[in-house]
Amino acid sequence: MSLRSKDLLGMKGLAPEDVELILETAAGFKDVLGRDIKKVPALRGRTAVNLFYEPSTRTRTSFELAAKRLSTDVINISTSTSSVVKGETLQDTARTVQALGADFIILRHSCSGAAHFLAKNLDASVVNAGDGTNEHPTQALLDLFTIQEKKGGIRGLEVAIVGDILHSRVAKSNIYALKTMGARIRLIGPPALVPSYMKELGVSIFSDMKTGLKGADVVMMLRIQIERQGKGFFPSTVEYFRNWGLTAKRLAQADKDSIVMHPGPMNRGVEIASDVADGPRSVIMEQVTNGLAVRMAVLYLLSGVRA
Amino acid sequence: MSKELLDKTDIDRIITRMAHEIIERNKGIVSLCLVGIQRGGVHIAKRLSSMLETIEGKSIPVGTLDIALYRDDINVRKEQPVVRRTKIDCDIDNKRVVLVDDVLYTGRSIRAAMDAIMDLGRPSAVQLAVLVDRGHRELPIKADFVGKNVPTSKDETVKVQLEEEGGEDKVVLE
Repeated sequence: MSLRSKDLLGMKGLAPEDVELILETAAGFKDVLGRDIKKVPALRGRTAVNLFYEPSTRTRTSFELAAKRLSTDVINISTSTSSVVKGETLQDTARTVQALGADFIILRHSCSGAAHFLAKNLDASVVNAGDGTNEHPTQALLDLFTIQEKKGGIRGLEVAIVGDILHSRVAKSNIYALKTMGARIRLIGPPALVPSYMKELGVSIFSDMKTGLKGADVVMMLRIQIERQGKGFFPSTVEYFRNWGLTAKRLAQADKDSIVMHPGPMNRGVEIASDVADGPRSVIMEQVTNGLAVRMAVLYLLSGVRA
Repeated sequence: MSKELLDKTDIDRIITRMAHEIIERNKGIVSLCLVGIQRGGVHIAKRLSSMLETIEGKSIPVGTLDIALYRDDINVRKEQPVVRRTKIDCDIDNKRVVLVDDVLYTGRSIRAAMDAIMDLGRPSAVQLAVLVDRGHRELPIKADFVGKNVPTSKDETVKVQLEEEGGEDKVVLE
């Protein structure tokens, strides 16, 4: 079994069968990660390049470890120490990397569509590790995997996504992915960050936490980018927490078996209270572990299309 | 053109005989563990284990092993093999592990299975039980317990059909 495309660029347009295949395969890899020897020879002799034009710890480390667990060699290129500072274009850098024998190029870039652009111009498999405010598909896949594991399925669940939806590629990938898999979505946040035209995505929109969270099965928090403070989206982080921060009291509105998710890095006391982040309903650390299994599955399945 | 090689009665008898052979070779079932290779070997391993339990009066651990990630053709195939569950509940260190598969052919699956099992622990011995040995080995591998030896040509296929997957028990040469 393989995916239909050589690249993973976004959740938009990914068929439900492909999503299911990735999730099933990831379950097999999660087994591998529980063993003493956490490495399998499946992709021996392949090369993956992490090409990161934006800072990242968890995504880059997760992809690096995922590739290593599959016996694939990994090279990390962070642009601040590469010839990008000498003015090399994205395409030239990527083609150079491909000429060195890369089978996978894992790209994070601040421009939306950067991964799509590379995918069209390269033979290597391109995995989008976040492009601007567009998509971050592996984050959505690991979120789906975690939801499925905790709730036994995705179809019919009420999922609340809270925070800066407008600038969040995590939110967008999750909206597409959750729609594909049959969940119902509510977006909650300050009106400036949750514009009403997003209703066109087939979601409901709330500006009030209390009504928005009522009966939710999954509460997905997003990081508030502190650098956006003072740009008119919301008054201050203190104010933000007062209105949209996830506290134990607000969480009580959600279903009693609901789970709390966060893609990290967290701003404690801005979008989420510490006691909730570390509380019994939080699955935040499990998301990190599942991310590894999901990324292994993605690399494994994409390598089938290449050959 | 298809020819039935084994029917339900034959398969039942083979399982009974192989169970006895396993007990005889290992002088009982102490520190023995059966591991079925996904997918064909899984049901056969379960049947062998319940037969061993009937004969010896005590239960024996049985697990499943997925070899997709250890295959040697992973870089030449167009489609990646489906990754299935590996589930072995007992600690295999210092155990005698009996690998179980439905059909032994080139031996490449068994090579992969041996590598996979070694990554899970260090068994004191690994043995191999197969329902059908159809020849054409490409690696120096030989089964310890064979249900039936069947001479085949390379363009034939041996199909093992078991009740657990729906349908009736039979082995057919096509």
